[in-house]
Amino acid sequence: MKFFPLIVANLFRKKTRTILTIGSFVAALFLFALLATIDTSFTGGVEIAGADRLVVLNKTSIIQPLPYSYRDRILQIPDVKEATYAVWFGGYYQNEKNFIPVMAVDTDSYFKMYSEFKIQPEQWEAFVRDREGCIVGRSTLKKYGWKIGDRVPFKGTIYPGTWEFNIRGIYDGTRAEDDQTQFWFQYKYLDERRDFLKGMVGWYVVRIVSPDNAVDVVAALDELFANSPYETKTETEKSFAAGFVKQIGNIRLIIMSIGSVVLFTLLLVTGSTMAMSVRERTGELAVLKTLGFTNVKVMLLVLAESLLYALPGAFIGLGLAKLFTMRGDPTGGLLPFFYLAPDRIAMGFGIALVAGIAAGIIPALLAMRLRIVEALRRV
Amino acid sequence: MVRVDGLNQNNSLIQVRNLDKRYLRGSEEIHVLRGLNLDVDQGEFVAFMGPSGSGKTTLLNLLGGLDLPTAGSVIVDGDEITSMSGQKLASWRARHVGFIFQMYNLIPVLTAFQNIELPLLLTSLTKEERKQHVETVLAVVDLSDRMHHYPRQLSGGQEQRVAIARAIVTDPTFLLCDEPTGDLDRTSADGVLELIDQLVKTYGKTVLMVTHDPRAAERAGVILHLDKGVLIECQECQAGEGPS
Repeated sequence: MKFFPLIVANLFRKKTRTILTIGSFVAALFLFALLATIDTSFTGGVEIAGADRLVVLNKTSIIQPLPYSYRDRILQIPDVKEATYAVWFGGYYQNEKNFIPVMAVDTDSYFKMYSEFKIQPEQWEAFVRDREGCIVGRSTLKKYGWKIGDRVPFKGTIYPGTWEFNIRGIYDGTRAEDDQTQFWFQYKYLDERRDFLKGMVGWYVVRIVSPDNAVDVVAALDELFANSPYETKTETEKSFAAGFVKQIGNIRLIIMSIGSVVLFTLLLVTGSTMAMSVRERTGELAVLKTLGFTNVKVMLLVLAESLLYALPGAFIGLGLAKLFTMRGDPTGGLLPFFYLAPDRIAMGFGIALVAGIAAGIIPALLAMRLRIVEALRRV
Repeated sequence: MVRVDGLNQNNSLIQVRNLDKRYLRGSEEIHVLRGLNLDVDQGEFVAFMGPSGSGKTTLLNLLGGLDLPTAGSVIVDGDEITSMSGQKLASWRARHVGFIFQMYNLIPVLTAFQNIELPLLLTSLTKEERKQHVETVLAVVDLSDRMHHYPRQLSGGQEQRVAIARAIVTDPTFLLCDEPTGDLDRTSADGVLELIDQLVKTYGKTVLMVTHDPRAAERAGVILHLDKGVLIECQECQAGEGPS
């Protein structure tokens, strides 16, 4: 710590250069954090998917429905504990840009299936009692400034007309990465009002007794409905979520590629700054050695300087990114898991640490090897 | 007592024996110091004079452990520094040598106080103890009122006094001065020489000074001339003159 003033003083020898170098770290780490957040948005669903839940879809396509009557048959399969269903509504609020994942759900079984969501029991009861009632995720509620008791109109895209719902409750996630953007209303209301697909559901979600039996249950389910007009394709929730991500492309590879380019550029910028900084004060480093600073100490001073570009830059960049992501999904609903996870923040600091060391190591070694007599001759 | 014949058997503070230094400049070998001997006792003030390229600064660098000889030895206070490793030599420098350069060599981004404190950072002193040491030497060089000034805010003479304060703050065994007045006007130079004189007379410091300035050399108790790598004692001659 006693060398800190010396390191800081050297850092502010050229204020503009220091600010620009730290600024490059800020920009790079901000970008990294945003990319990591987007990665989480796409893959977060996969990571938090319930291990004991299966998703049963129409074998033809996800948009093809399944009969409501399948539920009782699903429940008869050994190792199946619970089953619920939902329908994708596909409407929007006020204008098409306001994307909200609206689903018609079974009031008896849907909430029980998702133990990661929390809701006041009286709110759930109020929802069940009101045929036009709905439950809204905390993020969506905040985003549109709604409150319990509000009546909100939706324009249906799959099911035409204006649909009005009464907000009866709010659900919260128990983990930071839980999706809090969904909007649930009663399946019965949908089924009563719609003119087609009556008695059909979008998909089933099944809870099994043990994740170890998932393969057997998947096979049993698909076999049960084989050769029927509505054959099924069952998969684990994790695999279902991963399939979605795969449709978009290899997001992680894209993010890693961009991240690597940014990191490499950062290394060049900081490395060049450090090299210039060391070259400019060759004489001063020689003086330090003359005074008794060992080669290793001088090397560590230069490395510490390099890290003082990197770490505050990372702190600011990641901090800004955290603030930005706390405002929620900027796309209006396409990225429901828009959340900068602590492990990604730690990774950001790790990257800054590595970049700081990598950028400073060569100038630091040069400073270490500096021969006092030769350097003093240049002063 | 100062001798250059290498015959002193007493335990002088500084003992130089058969010191040889050669450089390679391209393919040409430069023989800077040729079997040089020197004994300097505690509390002596020695001035080295001689033409440019005679090896004065090289000798100072070897005495201060900044460079290694091609042959020969330098023993200071019983420690043979010419056989020390780089790390040990750095620690030895921190403890035993105070350097004063022609161009002051202060760190421009540090205040006078911080510059003087630099060598103390290598000790185990607490912050408060370091502060006391720095304030003491600032009083010795009469710059207590300039402690928070940066080098650019000081005159040349004041900068050199800060450099002297930095050199003495650890109470080193001896001081090495390389043209300490070479970049100063006459008045400032006199002030700096007065201060060095005071360090010798009042505080009993041992000072070895390289200079081209005869007036500076006059302050020293002993003037040695270095010519073509050979050291010649010249007690009877006037400063600025070569040996007779």
